[in-house]
Amino acid sequence: MAHGSGGRMMDRLIEEVFLPEFGGVAAHERHDGARLDGSLAFTTDSYVVRPLFFPGGSIGDLAVNGTVNDLAMCGARPRWLSAGFILEEGLPLETLRRVVGDMARAARAARVEIVTGDTKVVERGAADGMFITTAGVGMIEYGARVGPALIGPGDAVLLSGELGAHGVAVMSVREGLAFETEIVSDTAPLWAPVEAMLRAGVEIHCLRDLTRGGLASALNEIARTRGVEIEIEETQVRVPAAVRGACEFLGLDPMYVANEGRFCALVAAADAERALGILRQFDGQATLAGVVGAEGRGEVVVRGALGGRRVLDQLSGELLPRIC
Amino acid sequence: MKHVDEYRDPAVAHALAAELRAAARGRWSIMEVCGGQTHTILKSGLTALLPEGVELIHGPGCPVCVTPVGLIDAAVELALRPGVTVASFGDMMRVPGTRRSLLEARAEGADARVVYSPLDALKLAQADAGREVVFFAVGFETTAPANAMAAWQAARLGLRNFSLLVAHVLAPPAVRAILEGGRSGVQAFLAPGHVCTVAGYEAWEELAREFRTPVVVTGFEPADLLEGTLMAVRQLEAGRAVVENQYARAVRRSGNAAALRVVAEVFEVCDREWRGLGVIAGSGLRLRAEYAGLDAERRFGLRADAREEAGECRAGDVLQGRLKPLACPAFGGRCTPEHPLGAPMVSSEGACAAYYRYGQ
Repeated sequence: MAHGSGGRMMDRLIEEVFLPEFGGVAAHERHDGARLDGSLAFTTDSYVVRPLFFPGGSIGDLAVNGTVNDLAMCGARPRWLSAGFILEEGLPLETLRRVVGDMARAARAARVEIVTGDTKVVERGAADGMFITTAGVGMIEYGARVGPALIGPGDAVLLSGELGAHGVAVMSVREGLAFETEIVSDTAPLWAPVEAMLRAGVEIHCLRDLTRGGLASALNEIARTRGVEIEIEETQVRVPAAVRGACEFLGLDPMYVANEGRFCALVAAADAERALGILRQFDGQATLAGVVGAEGRGEVVVRGALGGRRVLDQLSGELLPRIC
Repeated sequence: MKHVDEYRDPAVAHALAAELRAAARGRWSIMEVCGGQTHTILKSGLTALLPEGVELIHGPGCPVCVTPVGLIDAAVELALRPGVTVASFGDMMRVPGTRRSLLEARAEGADARVVYSPLDALKLAQADAGREVVFFAVGFETTAPANAMAAWQAARLGLRNFSLLVAHVLAPPAVRAILEGGRSGVQAFLAPGHVCTVAGYEAWEELAREFRTPVVVTGFEPADLLEGTLMAVRQLEAGRAVVENQYARAVRRSGNAAALRVVAEVFEVCDREWRGLGVIAGSGLRLRAEYAGLDAERRFGLRADAREEAGECRAGDVLQGRLKPLACPAFGGRCTPEHPLGAPMVSSEGACAAYYRYGQ
């Protein structure tokens, strides 16, 4: 299971199993999506969330926004999506209708069209309710070129808003963990803030949405791919009070908790303040959270509130609540 | 966030650190007993704020670290049996047994589930009368009341498909064993605040008297740990050895009476094997005879006998403060959180995991 949690074990799976066989564009870009012919971006993702509905969204919202955001993180305007459904025999039709309704709404909000699809029904027990795979095509605009290879020492690290709401919202309704909370998922399409920065001519070097494994995994992936140190100010990583409370209570570190509507942008130092101003038009909680340091071991370092520095390691294994 | 932010305030921490530097003249070794405290120390970089002569030594207070291998093997074996569900706290899932952890067993088809509360395990049993649900009851005094409550309710409800695999341990007897062992060089203890919230600190007063060792009941935030260390250093400098309560916002001398009542109703003190430390007299809790029907070891005829630890792991020395994780030859090479040789590398309260995670 831990191979799918977005941490070190998944990296190993990609490096040892997929890349040697598939290679191609994926091998040198290592991004959420592939850039084809300079003007097209293409990506795919599968959604297996449990439960299917959670405060603030459903698997349908994630299936659209997740893929839309993978395209946005390539600097591409999301345009067309495909949707593949694997349904467990006996899934109530009403459940499917609700999910499909959520997908349609999310697609309208993100201004994408779902243009093709496929459905398979498998016998009871062979799937958990329903799985959705979406693929997306987007158009790279404003001459955007983004990817870890472009970042360099001195680049600013911006966060688009407060972290942790999605992961905690899902956990709050999971079997065996249920607790009452006002927290709702942050699931949202992210092209609009990205486009605003591109349109304003901000020199964006890299974009990454902070999904599975949270901020820690996203930054580690970038730092390691490029072989630079990234330093983050703990006080500039904002977490809503209710999420902090739940994380304290469950023994989780918000740096590792999943988001579905948050991203980090690594931009040229000279454009940092301007980029922050633009991001704040979309979310007042956006921050300038860190800086890219020297080339080196590819580590992420957190400067704590007390002044100490610690390594922000990748998630190892699944995120599990502690005992006491 | 109230009750958290004020204890993480950098100004408060720096002021306490300055007081500590002014107070400490001698060289002092102080053990923080609880793994949660160890993690705060490493995560917030407190060691950098300590005066040169003051060293914090990490203690045995990591519940999953000290759960014997034999019991983990028993839990794995149960989870692999058809019709049996083992419910456990998340932390316990990754801890390696002789051959595998509960998480690895789950990948082989075992029914092992994470619950946050033992009462949720009870609900699993109520929801499916055809399944045997076994709750893996581990932990110190802190988790004992909720686990006792699950047993109490199961008995009231007459649930026939619920049982507990009990591995409860008590903190003061382990500290006594460390003091009697005499090799750790610890001169004062920061007692675990949450254990004392439940059990009070009368047992620690006995230890302080008998071994002439200062004890400060201490909380878990950076300011708590600095203040606790300061109080311990002041005692050491003055040649005093009493129990002081830094964590007064949560701890009373006699503990939580209601919690202690339900623990005493369900559990009784027993000798218990600690992983890496061996059997410590009077250091565990087991179900009383009236609750023996809920004992998973009896119900399933398990024999959680003592088993050999993977040869290279020196968890016992780490848990007793005799070996710092970084000094272990296997640390970070042959032993990592993905491929742990022992429990302190996997638990969120394990000292080795703290060093690995925060890159100290």
